[in-house]
Amino acid sequence: MSEPIVRPAAPEGGDQRPPIIGPGHTFGTVTDKISAVVLTGRTPRWWFVGFGIAFSLAMLLLYAISYLFVRGIGIWGVNIPVGWGFDIINFVWWIGIGHAGTLISAILLLLRQEWRTSINRFAEAMTLFAVACAGLFPILHLGRPWLFYWLLPYPNTMAIWPQFRSPLMWDVFAVSTYATVSLMFWFVGLIPDLATLRDRSRNRIGRVIYGMLAMGWRGSAHHWHRYETAYLLLAGLSTPLVVSVHTIVSFDFAVGLIPGWHATVFPPYFVAGAIYAGFAMVMTLAIPLRRAYGLEDFITMRHLENMARVMLATGLVVAYGYMMETFMAWYSANTYEEFMITNRFYGPYAWVYWSLMACNVIAPQFIWFKRVRTNIPALFIIAMFVNVGMWLERFIIVVVSLHRDFLPSSWGMYYPTFWDFATFFGTIGLFLSLLFLFIRFLPMISIFEMRTLVPEAEVKEELA
Amino acid sequence: MSRPPIYGLMAEFTEPNELIAAARATRDAGYTRVDVYTPYPIEEVSEALHLRRTRLPLLVLIGGIIGGGAGFALQYWAATIAYPVNIGGRPFNSWPAFIPITFETTVLVAAFFAVLGMLALNGLPMPYHPVFNVPRFALASRDRFFLCIEATDPQFDREGTRRFLERLVPRSVSEVDH
Repeated sequence: MSEPIVRPAAPEGGDQRPPIIGPGHTFGTVTDKISAVVLTGRTPRWWFVGFGIAFSLAMLLLYAISYLFVRGIGIWGVNIPVGWGFDIINFVWWIGIGHAGTLISAILLLLRQEWRTSINRFAEAMTLFAVACAGLFPILHLGRPWLFYWLLPYPNTMAIWPQFRSPLMWDVFAVSTYATVSLMFWFVGLIPDLATLRDRSRNRIGRVIYGMLAMGWRGSAHHWHRYETAYLLLAGLSTPLVVSVHTIVSFDFAVGLIPGWHATVFPPYFVAGAIYAGFAMVMTLAIPLRRAYGLEDFITMRHLENMARVMLATGLVVAYGYMMETFMAWYSANTYEEFMITNRFYGPYAWVYWSLMACNVIAPQFIWFKRVRTNIPALFIIAMFVNVGMWLERFIIVVVSLHRDFLPSSWGMYYPTFWDFATFFGTIGLFLSLLFLFIRFLPMISIFEMRTLVPEAEVKEELA
Repeated sequence: MSRPPIYGLMAEFTEPNELIAAARATRDAGYTRVDVYTPYPIEEVSEALHLRRTRLPLLVLIGGIIGGGAGFALQYWAATIAYPVNIGGRPFNSWPAFIPITFETTVLVAAFFAVLGMLALNGLPMPYHPVFNVPRFALASRDRFFLCIEATDPQFDREGTRRFLERLVPRSVSEVDH
């Protein structure tokens, strides 16, 4: 124990980067500021407005789903040859968005990136809500959604078992495992903060509810010891999990033989795309939230800059994926592969492809410039471009690959209907409704982890 | 062994360094039934209290092995014994195709073991605990640090231990009722 143990609370000398926490904060101020958002008696008016809009959209989702149950998937634009439309596009889009939460909470934890602390909680919440939206789509597109449990292996009177060699079965296991593990990871992270809310809540209902959720957490050193081990192990388990989930989602396509799907580049390209989309969504949410709640001290310019850098890096991987798809189409010397790319460039959906290039390849290049990287409105606009771009990417993969495959006699066009859009925007409403409820009732920043970042937490050398 | 009249004696500190020093001094004085309550995890405190390594990683490993084994066994059994489907003479036990699900069930069960194991070893959920009887203890989840010497400690003496704790210059020392 001769080595000095110093927790870097502020950037070390010579580090010109902005700090990861504003100056002058103590254990008390960090606790009070974050818990006040939840424990305040007054809910800001914009919260009601925002929640109202989001909840109306969620009701639209309910309406669209009810109508779907009554009429069947004929109300959507899907038909042969495009049997996978908005449902699968939205599924992949949402699940991709979820991945940034796990990346921030697990991978950046293992890499000891301390700046993750102030964004990991709501990024994890974002993961959960995005996975909830994603999980709806494969079930809804089953045709008879009420029989979705046939996908699960259970002893049944029909004496049949699922086909475990199918990527669609892998998907069932991957997505349900991902949702479960993300939920547990998020909840474990919340326990000490729930105890804080229990102790600081001024009304009885708050004390009882937060008290039950905190399960009697008392901050014992013995408990922290196991808690930290469990948290680290969960991070270690979540890291390969998050990679496996989008890899398996990409197998839904890559294992098929359709030109535009059958590509070995798909797993890494999907994982990078997921992180790209997810960071864009974290940015989209973080920028208004820090403003609305005055959290600029906790989510600093450094965080936004780092997230922008991750976006740029993963954006370049995605651009490499597009390049390789084009290259392989030529290099394979396969007529169908070549046609697939020609059709993307000049076919009836060419405008989608070129919009995708503008959103996902050109827009993030502005992040190279420090002036853009430190300009909050510019970052928000780029993040919005990426959100749209990643949706278009899935449109290209799903629809454009399917609409013209091997036989010209079986070509067709895909036109989404009102119900496709209603379901899609409905899930955005569901996502935002859950997010509004989350920021109102749970601490959106991990309080106990923020305490470790304040200067007071520094342990003096002579004691170590 | 009859129950001691109080749960223990608790000292409050305002600063993590004071607490680490106090935890060391308490250990050095020979107290063994000691617990420390902090608003965030402090590695040095675990070291000062000589906390043993936790068995949790072993539990998680066992969970992972159970999950992986059961996941593969389920697929093997379903695909070769319960419901074999002959597709162009391909082998029933097509194990590479079973790997993705085996991986997922491994992670799933290991994660359950990590979370439930942590809670079980910590004895949570615990609806009642004597330390909450100290009114100021509510600050343990905000910005204060507490050290509690429990009355079941062989060296515990209501007066002597109080004098010992006061020598550590805490903000206050209070008795913890059962």
